[in-house]
Amino acid sequence: MKNKKPKLAVFKLSSCDGCQLSILDAEDELLAVLGAVDIAYFPEASSRMLPGPYDIGLIEGSVTTPHDVELARQIRKDCKVLITIGACATAGGIQALRNWKDVKEFTKIVYAHPQYISTLDRSMPVASFIHVDFELRGCPVNKYQLIDVIVAYLNNKKPNITSHSVCMECKQKGNVCVMVAHGTPCLGPVTQTGCGSICPSYDRGCYGCFGPMDSPNTSSLARNIEARGETKYDIMLAFRGFNAYSEPFRKESEVYEK
Amino acid sequence: MKNRTIKVDYLARVEGEGALYIKIKNGEVDDVKLKIFEPPRFFEAFLRDRKYSEAPDITARICGICPIAYQMSAVNAIENAFGQVPGGQIRELRRLIYCGEWIESHTLHLYMLHAPDFLGYPDVVHMAKDFPEVVEKALKLKRIGNDIVKTIGGREIHPINVKVGGFYKVPQKKDLKQLREDLLWARDAAIDTVKFTSTLTFPDFEQDYEFVSLCHDIEYPFNEGRIKSNKGLDISVEEYDFNFIEEHVEYSHALHSRLRARDNYFLGPIARYNLNYDKLSPIVKQVASDLKLPREINNPFKSIIVRGLETLYACDEAIRIIDQYEKPDEPSIQINPIEATGNGASEAPRGMLYHRYRINEEGLIMDAKIVPPTSQNQKTIEKDLKHFIPSRVNLPEKELVLQCEQAVRNYDPCISCATHFLKLHVEKEN
Ligand code: SF4
Ligand code: SF4
Repeated sequence: MKNKKPKLAVFKLSSCDGCQLSILDAEDELLAVLGAVDIAYFPEASSRMLPGPYDIGLIEGSVTTPHDVELARQIRKDCKVLITIGACATAGGIQALRNWKDVKEFTKIVYAHPQYISTLDRSMPVASFIHVDFELRGCPVNKYQLIDVIVAYLNNKKPNITSHSVCMECKQKGNVCVMVAHGTPCLGPVTQTGCGSICPSYDRGCYGCFGPMDSPNTSSLARNIEARGETKYDIMLAFRGFNAYSEPFRKESEVYEK
Repeated sequence: MKNRTIKVDYLARVEGEGALYIKIKNGEVDDVKLKIFEPPRFFEAFLRDRKYSEAPDITARICGICPIAYQMSAVNAIENAFGQVPGGQIRELRRLIYCGEWIESHTLHLYMLHAPDFLGYPDVVHMAKDFPEVVEKALKLKRIGNDIVKTIGGREIHPINVKVGGFYKVPQKKDLKQLREDLLWARDAAIDTVKFTSTLTFPDFEQDYEFVSLCHDIEYPFNEGRIKSNKGLDISVEEYDFNFIEEHVEYSHALHSRLRARDNYFLGPIARYNLNYDKLSPIVKQVASDLKLPREINNPFKSIIVRGLETLYACDEAIRIIDQYEKPDEPSIQINPIEATGNGASEAPRGMLYHRYRINEEGLIMDAKIVPPTSQNQKTIEKDLKHFIPSRVNLPEKELVLQCEQAVRNYDPCISCATHFLKLHVEKEN
């Protein structure tokens, strides 16, 4: 057994496939990374689907159906280490926008025969049903961070992913602050770093796709944005995006809902 | 062997989740169902009451493989509503970022999802053991597509720089220099790709299809054109809703589309190629004619060759755009929202993608309709299987399943768009 490569599995719940695609998008490292493991289950990339147990499991996507709940429980049993990848799996994703609405109404808007559709009222992060070993942020995840996490677990180490704000990275890059210089609302001060502060580098405000940093002061930022003339509704929308159901963003969006 | 059911519970190497169910009775195909069980994500519903300016960022999340297509169809529809459409270099940059997505997505599909079928491998990693140079070249080609998307869009998946009216920031001429160098290499790699795919063995399978794509007067289509077919359809994008119907069937989360006047239709690379051959650049036509490829292709398995040709086109077009590029004064035009409804379509790598938005005077989206290519092709995929299986019905189960899966993958179905998923299930009655 000793010389066997670790078995990697990639699972999907409700999602756009973007996070698992990030693995295939790591063109320069792909063959090396995938060569170091045995891809036991990765239906997007391979028709070879081996049964568990697996050494490392990656889950993309949020829990949105009764079937997903069962699946998540089974995946936990099958995987030694389980990592969620992306905003869907760690915060419910964009599809969590349903959580403030009546799903029956939603089903009627999209489908002529809503009776055929079975779905939960809410889109929930995977960790609200099972224990997960690590949650990697981003919509989509940063492929280099993803490789770092896989490599860390292959070597039985904890991944070294920083949890400070996008602002830190933005300053390091030498960007001019879009809030200070142009008055553009930006969630950078409360959003976890990892993307490379892309948006401010392209002259736009951060829209929070990496989700909240450790202890974010969302209310101070919201007041600041409000003072710049944004409407309450706009602030609500800003926090209710790709990580809408992460607690700090959810709460702040609810403050501005009224 | 006369009666059986074939079930593929989880279709691999497609994007999203789907299953296939085939029932054979007395040696005849009794029923074929392509089941899309990707859970619905309700994009059309939660776009309501969001700002028009958020649509490109939100709809990108429908699909990680072709986010540009969603962003482009969204901006096209919204700009159509407001009657404000950017031209000049902004229009060219939109074509350029689309070239990037075509190169990246076609190369991914061609080498990583589809070629293993033809060569008998479960995946590209196994294929790489026997074809190391081919796979390494493929990965580099794909990366160059991604580099275009990243340069213009900020990142490969869910770019952040696409905006209604243009871009947040546009590149300097010098930012595109490295891309141009790489694209010269990519153009040769794409020619090799076409040669490689044309040596594959194709099942003998031709059908009489109705092909549908955008058709532009002078360009191979990305963002503009009328919607035309080889059977006489010729309408503007605004007339989409009158001519296409979406039906909700019990076994699938994807809606089924058909033409009101006729029935199912076929979108994607083959459709574009057949309807727009004369708009391809000279180098693409030259390669096609050197390899004696017909001007009209009716065998869906040959979509893998056409993906190669379109990759070549995209490399060539990208070079053209870069060569004439001058940085525009403003990255976007000023947008003034009005109360209106707008329609937009663009050519995703896997086929035409239609969006419609109704927007109020404050610029909030009142309702949205999004029809992804997979839901439009779904009926044609099922019909293909109905015609494909009879002559193969006595194959061993494993082989039959493989061939059916390959027939589905011809379409590069992208099933995450569970605004609307895939699993094989063949039933034979004994
Ligand atoms: S987090 Fe974003 S990129 Fe990742 S699967 Fe979800 S929607 Fe797609
Ligand atoms: S700046 Fe913010 S919104 Fe933009 S990519 Fe980074 S985390 Fe996402």
